[in-house]
Amino acid sequence: MTTRVNPFLIAFAALVYLFLLGPLIIIFGASVSDTSYLTFPPQGFTLHWFENIWNISAFRRTIVTSLQIAFLATGLALIIGIPAAYALNRYRIQLPGWLSTLFILPILVPEIVLGFSLLRSINVGAGFPIFMTLLIGHTLLVLPYVVRVISAALSSFDFSIEEAAISLGSPPLKTFFTIVLPNVRAGVIAAFILAFITSINDVSVSLFLTGPGISTLPIQILAHVEQFFDPTIASVSVLLMVLTVIVMAIVERTLGLTIVAK
Amino acid sequence: MKRFAGWIMASPATLAVVIFLILPVAATISVTFTDPRGLLGPYIWYFESGFRRTVLWRTFEIAFATTVISLFVGFLTAYVVSKSPPWLKSILIVLAVFPLLTGVVVRSFAWLIVLGRNGILNNFMQWIGLTDAPVTMLYTQGAVIVAMVYLFVPLMVLVLVGVLDNIPDDLVQASASLGATPVGTFRQVILPLATPGLIVGAVLVFTASFTSYATPHLLGGDQQMVMGTFLHQRAMVAFDWAGASTIAAIMVVVTIVTVLVMTRIARRLNPMAV
Repeated sequence: MTTRVNPFLIAFAALVYLFLLGPLIIIFGASVSDTSYLTFPPQGFTLHWFENIWNISAFRRTIVTSLQIAFLATGLALIIGIPAAYALNRYRIQLPGWLSTLFILPILVPEIVLGFSLLRSINVGAGFPIFMTLLIGHTLLVLPYVVRVISAALSSFDFSIEEAAISLGSPPLKTFFTIVLPNVRAGVIAAFILAFITSINDVSVSLFLTGPGISTLPIQILAHVEQFFDPTIASVSVLLMVLTVIVMAIVERTLGLTIVAK
Repeated sequence: MKRFAGWIMASPATLAVVIFLILPVAATISVTFTDPRGLLGPYIWYFESGFRRTVLWRTFEIAFATTVISLFVGFLTAYVVSKSPPWLKSILIVLAVFPLLTGVVVRSFAWLIVLGRNGILNNFMQWIGLTDAPVTMLYTQGAVIVAMVYLFVPLMVLVLVGVLDNIPDDLVQASASLGATPVGTFRQVILPLATPGLIVGAVLVFTASFTSYATPHLLGGDQQMVMGTFLHQRAMVAFDWAGASTIAAIMVVVTIVTVLVMTRIARRLNPMAV
């Protein structure tokens, strides 16, 4: 197919891509600048600001908390989300239609409202510790991605294979782990990655669920920017982007990137 | 046992959403109706003050401008991407996914370096002699809108490339062979078929910008307070939880009404649905 696209449109799209990638390139440049303030193009070259991340204890602590929360929340969401996605596909007739809508509610409800409500009802109201409330918030936040991506993977799974295994004497639970789960492996990996990245980058839910010694990396970045306008922030951003690139490379190798675009 | 198998498997996730999302959010909204000031007391309180009305109106303005600009920019870019040769197309999609997976804080912070008093744009404008003194760009409504458009254009491009790829090529060729000019085909075939997708994208962008926090906080500050930053300020700085709950309730209502109305319109406008 050769449709001629207007050259003005092509030039416009090129400018849009410059607009999309420019600021990210600027962050890379600013992170190695040998100045005490953020600037671009960089003056000199230093990796001091990357070192500085480890020297600031608040960054060290919040990086650990963010990783803990992201792994735990993703794990929990998979544990409750996989059976839910399975039930939605396998027992479609038995379950009411609104149930699948229920699982996308965490996307529909404004994140910032969810964060504030968890603070009010679960942390202060029900007395749950901050870390646990934060974990609950992130689990809910990533649950829709898990249910949706795994549902999509299951929708092309032929359940008669499972029935065949069961009728041949395989116990249901064993059948699930040996027959069903391996068939939707790609979906589980995609769900894991989407959930993990969503959790690591979250601001609006975590915003309300910080306490003494507990905060996440994006919240710490916001706090740091307010006090210091130094390149440390740019180097933390570069670290996060490198993490994203690694994750994208893994996705590309295992599944192809179209899965993220869906 | 078999009759309830589906429910048993779906119950942990269902209970989690009901207990930790529906009930807390419902509690936040319901306190605004049991206020000592009377049935609609909190809402009368909200709309009494010019400042609070301005915050709501400003949030609408920013979300609306962000949506319109993102739609326009995203649609034209998606059109070019969907018509590119396959090798280039996959590169362009990867380049759009990358910013999307980079956090909101990182992407908003980048604009501090660009728009600051000693930022790149100011330095550049002084260098080419456009201005003598630095121009204030940060903490204006424009700064918030630019950064939000930046946030949502990749999302729009990805959604709309999917929509445009689903338009059957036969229709485009049929239109051309029946004598339509490229512009005519675009206006009379492609645009109507893409409308439902455009509406889905618009809803995503509008609700996300209406409820955003990090971007208006970093680039708008207190001068450009919007509903998200106002909610945070009421709850965590002023410790006025009644006020914060009222703001939360207004945000939920605006979001849900937008989603319901727009999805209904999208369904009605879909020319492929017979």
